[in-house]
Order: sequence, then structure tokens, then C-alpha cells
Amino acid sequence: MEHMMAYVNLGAAFLILISMAMMLGRLLIGPTLYDRLLAVNSFGTKTVLFLCVFCLVIGRPDGVDIALLYALMNFIATIAVLKYFRYRALDVSLLKSHITKGEGAGK
Amino acid sequence: MIVSLILAGADTVASGAMSIDIWEVIRNGLAILSLLAGLFFVLGGTLGVLRLPDFFTRLHAAGMTDTLGAELILLGLIIQEGFTQLSLKFFLVAFFLIVTSPTATHAVANAAYQAGLKPLLGKYKAPDPEDIGKEG
Repeated sequence: MEHMMAYVNLGAAFLILISMAMMLGRLLIGPTLYDRLLAVNSFGTKTVLFLCVFCLVIGRPDGVDIALLYALMNFIATIAVLKYFRYRALDVSLLKSHITKGEGAGK
Repeated sequence: MIVSLILAGADTVASGAMSIDIWEVIRNGLAILSLLAGLFFVLGGTLGVLRLPDFFTRLHAAGMTDTLGAELILLGLIIQEGFTQLSLKFFLVAFFLIVTSPTATHAVANAAYQAGLKPLLGKYKAPDPEDIGKEG
């Protein structure tokens, strides 16, 4: 039973890897910036899943902590990149009262 | 005395009997079902991101199926692990994913809409095989 579940987990990890490779295709050919950002975000989610499954396969549960950290960092990175491409700077307050009209909205 | 008898009995049950534990079979079956459903959603979402024609439809495919697929895969891992510290960590990963993934999807959609990216409206036309290489 234990061996069977190890094989199932290994197959799941392999399929997640295939899915990550396909997501890299969208990252390379994405026509707009937002397509690429979406691909990066989804790739990060799949990385978290791959880490969780692969930790069970190799029997070392340390990597789940890394997966936990990666899930949070992925979200923060997405928001940071979005903010940078909106305002072209990272030290802008996100409060609405600090945005002067007509300026900053990077269209 | 009684405790030692119970312990000895438990020991013989655990080590001596080679019969398959029915609860373990049920648990692993549920875990495999959940893993397979999650993998279906993850692979389907990736295929949607690769093949759908428009940014917002791609966002839909990635956002919806990634959230559900990730939760199902982590649920499968939790089921096959049981009540341990590791499954608590899996639960934490699932919790953070279910909080952050729709938020990030919403932020990307909002940013694209604010930047003036218009969704593709009207009837869908399949791309001509002759001008596929030109568009991208």
C-alpha cells in the first residue's frame, strides 16, 4: 500500500511538471504583459503543488515549509509587479488620496 | 496487567496479521480520487491558458481551475497523510492558496482592465491555419 501511494504521488508530481512546462509556453508567447504575469502566477502555484507532492515522494517533509513560503512570496511578487507596471515605481502609496488625477495611470 | 495484555494484542494485530486494513484502503482510495480530480483541473486549466483566444478567457481558465485543482491536490495529500504535523502544514498551504490565488487573479484582471485591455467580443472565429504564425 505504501509503495502504491508513492508511485501515485510520483505520477502526480510528473503531471504537475508537465503542466508547469506548458505554462512556460504561455509565458514565452504571451502577447501582452498581463498574459505573462498570469503565466508566472500560475507557474508559482504549480511550483507550490509540486513541492508538496515531491516532499511526500522523497520522504523529507522539510520542503513543505518552503512551499508555504513560496505561496506567500508568489502573491507578493504578483502584486509588486502589477504595482510597478501601473505606476512605474515601487515607492508609491496605494491609497487613493495620494494619486493625483491624470498622472500615474500608465496607459 | 490489563494494559499490557491490550498492548500485546495490539502489537500482534499490527505486526502479525498481514491482512489488508480496510480503512487504509478506503483512505488511499479517497486520496487517489482527490489527487486525480485535482490533476484533471490543473492540466485542464493549463490547456485553457495555452489555447483560449483572449486574455480574459485565459485568466478565467487559470484562476478558476488553479484554485480548485490546488485545493483538491492538497486535500488528497492531507487525506493520505492523516492527522500529523505535516498535514497541518498542507492545510496551511491550502489556506494561503485559497486566500491569495483569487486575490491575485482579481488584481491581474483589474490591472489589465484599467490599462485598457479590451475583452474579445462577438462570435468566435477559429483562426485561419495560414496566418497563425503572424499573429503572435
